Amino acid sequence: MQKVGFKGRFFPYVLIAPQILITLVFFYWPASQAVWQSFLIQDAFGTRVEFVWFENYETLFSDPLYFNALVVTVVFSTTVAALSLGFALLLAVMADRQIRGARAYKTFLIWPYAVAPAVAGVLWLFMFQPSLGIVAQQLKRMGVDWNYLLDGRQAMTLVILASAWKQISYNFLFFLAGLQSIPRSVIEAAAIDGAGPGRRFWTIVFPLLSPTAFFLLVVNIVYVFFDTFGIIDAVTLGGPAKATETLVYKVYSDGRLGGDLGGSAAQSVILMAIVITLTAVQFKYVERKVHY
Amino acid sequence: MTSRRIVLALMTGAAIGLSAGAASAQTEIQWWHSMTGANNDVVNKLADDFNKAQKDYKIVASFKGSYADSMNAGIAAFRAGNAPHVLQVFEVGTATMMGAKGAIKPVQEMMKEAGETFDPNAYLPAIAGYYSTVKGEMLSFPFNSSSTVMWYNRDSFKKAGLDPDKPPKTWPETIDHAKKLKAAGISCPLSNAWVTWVLIEQLSAWHNVPLATKANGLDGFDAVLNFNGPVHVRMIETLAQLQKDKIYDYAGRTNTGEGRFTSGECAIFLTSSAFYGNIKANAKFDFGNAPMPYWPDVAGAPQNSIIGGASLWVMGGKKADEYKGVARFFTFLSDTDRQANLHQVSGYLPITKAAYEKTKADGFYKANPMLETPLIELNNKPPTENSRGLRLGDMVRMRDVWAEEIEAALNGTKTAKAALDTAVERGNQMLRQFERTNR
Amino acid sequence: MVERRPLLDLMAHLVLLAGIAIVAFPVYITFVASTRDATDIIHGTMPLYPGTDFVANYMGALFQGSQRLRTTAVSTMMLNSLVMALTIAIGKIVISIVSAYAIVYFRFPLRMAAFWMIFVTLMLPVEVRIYPTFKIVADLGMIDSYAGLTIPLIASATATLLFRQFFMTIPDELVEASKMDGAGPVRFFIDTALPLSRTNIAALFVILFIYGWNQYLWPLLVTNSATMDTIVIGIKRMIVTSDAQTEWHIVMATAMLAMAPPVAVVLFMQRWFVKGLVESEK
Repeated sequence: MQKVGFKGRFFPYVLIAPQILITLVFFYWPASQAVWQSFLIQDAFGTRVEFVWFENYETLFSDPLYFNALVVTVVFSTTVAALSLGFALLLAVMADRQIRGARAYKTFLIWPYAVAPAVAGVLWLFMFQPSLGIVAQQLKRMGVDWNYLLDGRQAMTLVILASAWKQISYNFLFFLAGLQSIPRSVIEAAAIDGAGPGRRFWTIVFPLLSPTAFFLLVVNIVYVFFDTFGIIDAVTLGGPAKATETLVYKVYSDGRLGGDLGGSAAQSVILMAIVITLTAVQFKYVERKVHY
Repeated sequence: MTSRRIVLALMTGAAIGLSAGAASAQTEIQWWHSMTGANNDVVNKLADDFNKAQKDYKIVASFKGSYADSMNAGIAAFRAGNAPHVLQVFEVGTATMMGAKGAIKPVQEMMKEAGETFDPNAYLPAIAGYYSTVKGEMLSFPFNSSSTVMWYNRDSFKKAGLDPDKPPKTWPETIDHAKKLKAAGISCPLSNAWVTWVLIEQLSAWHNVPLATKANGLDGFDAVLNFNGPVHVRMIETLAQLQKDKIYDYAGRTNTGEGRFTSGECAIFLTSSAFYGNIKANAKFDFGNAPMPYWPDVAGAPQNSIIGGASLWVMGGKKADEYKGVARFFTFLSDTDRQANLHQVSGYLPITKAAYEKTKADGFYKANPMLETPLIELNNKPPTENSRGLRLGDMVRMRDVWAEEIEAALNGTKTAKAALDTAVERGNQMLRQFERTNR
Repeated sequence: MVERRPLLDLMAHLVLLAGIAIVAFPVYITFVASTRDATDIIHGTMPLYPGTDFVANYMGALFQGSQRLRTTAVSTMMLNSLVMALTIAIGKIVISIVSAYAIVYFRFPLRMAAFWMIFVTLMLPVEVRIYPTFKIVADLGMIDSYAGLTIPLIASATATLLFRQFFMTIPDELVEASKMDGAGPVRFFIDTALPLSRTNIAALFVILFIYGWNQYLWPLLVTNSATMDTIVIGIKRMIVTSDAQTEWHIVMATAMLAMAPPVAVVLFMQRWFVKGLVESEK
């Protein structure tokens, strides 16, 4: 599709220059630096630098902890996605019923989207802090041996809950939009055929909702990849014993205090590759969806 | 906060920069530190007093966040070519700092060049040793030091029928106390903060066993970790066992768990002596402290404890005149009255022998016996190869690695021996990597 | 509704109410803690209803910050967050709308190259190239400045794509008519394209404001002076302490203050928010 345009030899470049400049300086340059640094080993102050080819990558791939981070990331993202998608779908289906106050319910369900991940982490931390947390105290009274500083599964549960909590509103909105775009006539036709609400949901609504669900799955995974950094940093710092260290958190913690800049850069490069793949998948889907 | 700053930031893509642009004949000395609370006021007062005492130099003290934050900031600033003159670095950053030749200016060398009198023997050996080279040259200027002590809740002791005036001395006694406290309904009888500092680093020094070769790394970066011997394994094994019944309860890697002592939940708590001010301000119970417990069957125990805290590093690449100013400031800081006062108001240890003696002579410890406990520990015996201190590369991250393995032992996923073996192995890998970039 | 089922409706109400309760619970606890004094919280005996220290805690937080830690006053942090959020939101919108305009309405060499160059950055958040980006900002001397805080985050493929999509839907007739009147690209942009984009701009603004306000890792690294702390970073600094006890009542009041502006934006601009979310689709 070709638009009618204007003529201008230099003007379009002027318009596009700021964006391109910022992209070059703060995106392409650091990305290329990451690639370059992933071939180097250097000290914290950068006073000694050694070129080592692929050694950082070799170290990384022979490091069981890197695979641990990969497993943690996969477990973490699938659980958060499943939990928040499931809960959001339930709420959306309920809110889609034409009941009184549906708008008010919607308003009260969407605001957690605006809460910063790190702040969400602090809220949950406060409830579950072993010594002063309200919920932690309750759990202890119920006989649960609650100490997420030591128990990896408890720590994981906590960051999963906080992350899923924050993501519910986003998923809820998209599911609701998806539900509302399903033509009433289709559902009415099924009702006339004698299908009850349950069967209507599983045979008609759910399949029609699946593109939305798939889209949300991709978005949720990306969310868990990047936006949960703040939650993990505020709640567990990746511990205990690396039980909650995701790939992104590892990039940060390995390079901290100039400890292992080369290894951290190598991880950045791998992550970039993963993200570009995810983007391609999502873009393909978005393009397809345009035809609906 | 002025609107001018916002306008500037919005309008220019350029940097605002850190330098205060005031044009004056005074030479400015930037000092980045991490002191919070009352100690932040102490720092500001020191800078202020120095600035009033002379006209040539002006110390600008800036708070840069936690120790890790300010070290990060210092490293980044050095790489970007605008490092501060003086950077406060915590003890675990020592190897990283001294490894970077050119990035730092050794304090003793600077003092000599600036013509200031400087006697390393004036400092308490346990403190000076931590920040000196093998040859005894002091690299950084000790500022705030503390050591590990055992804090206990006297009220809880009474509740459990224990004598609060006779705190346990050995680990078996401590464990026995903890069991009695548990029986008396105390939910967390025994815990500690700074897990690796207390359970590995201090434990080694206190029992005169090495945690690494080469005098724990003080004598060279080619040190090899070896804290997986019987003394360490028994310690972790014992605590892992006690963790099952909650007689011991792990409280995290740093000191965020200290609140469990001040809230009255935990009755015996091993952590920094600098915890004093915090307890005094927040605890609603009678408390006391005592030296760390030791295992009586280990020959030579208790030896002496090592320090924690931070020292002031002078960054490299500055002008001679600026170094003169820093040197003048350090001389100013070393003054006995000033040191004694610093010790008494901050709760950190005195760093010079003279300040310690003066404080003693003033009768300060009679009124504040709890502040002398760490000094008694530090000076218990002349330091050995195993108790001078430690200096290991990439120590900040390495502490996390050790803590991870200890956590694995405490939560039962690994045996104590296996956990410490892995901690040693992973730590050694990091040391070799560090050695490679810091030859 | 297809058929009326009162029982199902009742269930819907109950499920939604339960959902709201679950979603609101953490914030309610935070609010309660922000109205209580330090000792209630530290001793783990905090009741589940608000206390009496609301004014003291919020005033303390706003004008002093965490006293024991000598942090910056929270009002300064909020101002920093506001500057950052506004600069990022407005900056992103401005540079995206002009670059999308150039891509849609001009034919010029390298047009598609430029488009793809922007597009590739679509989903590469700053987290994955954090240290190199930090190094570059340090080299440019932008550490500890609003410029360093915002400019690296201003490039936005999402907004550019959105405006591109939108400009494609503006009928060619409008451009033709405008050209007949002798209008050039600048006139057409100001008189037609920009007014038509109003709702898109509003929607994007809501999303980007929240994005900017909630930034965490980047400001954590790029600012070291306490006076440059944003509120999200300020909270983190308040809970990670070395020698002093965390003042939870102040932290919780600060958390409430940190949530208030973005939540208010979502609630008061709900229509734009929903539109913005659904259309930008990240």
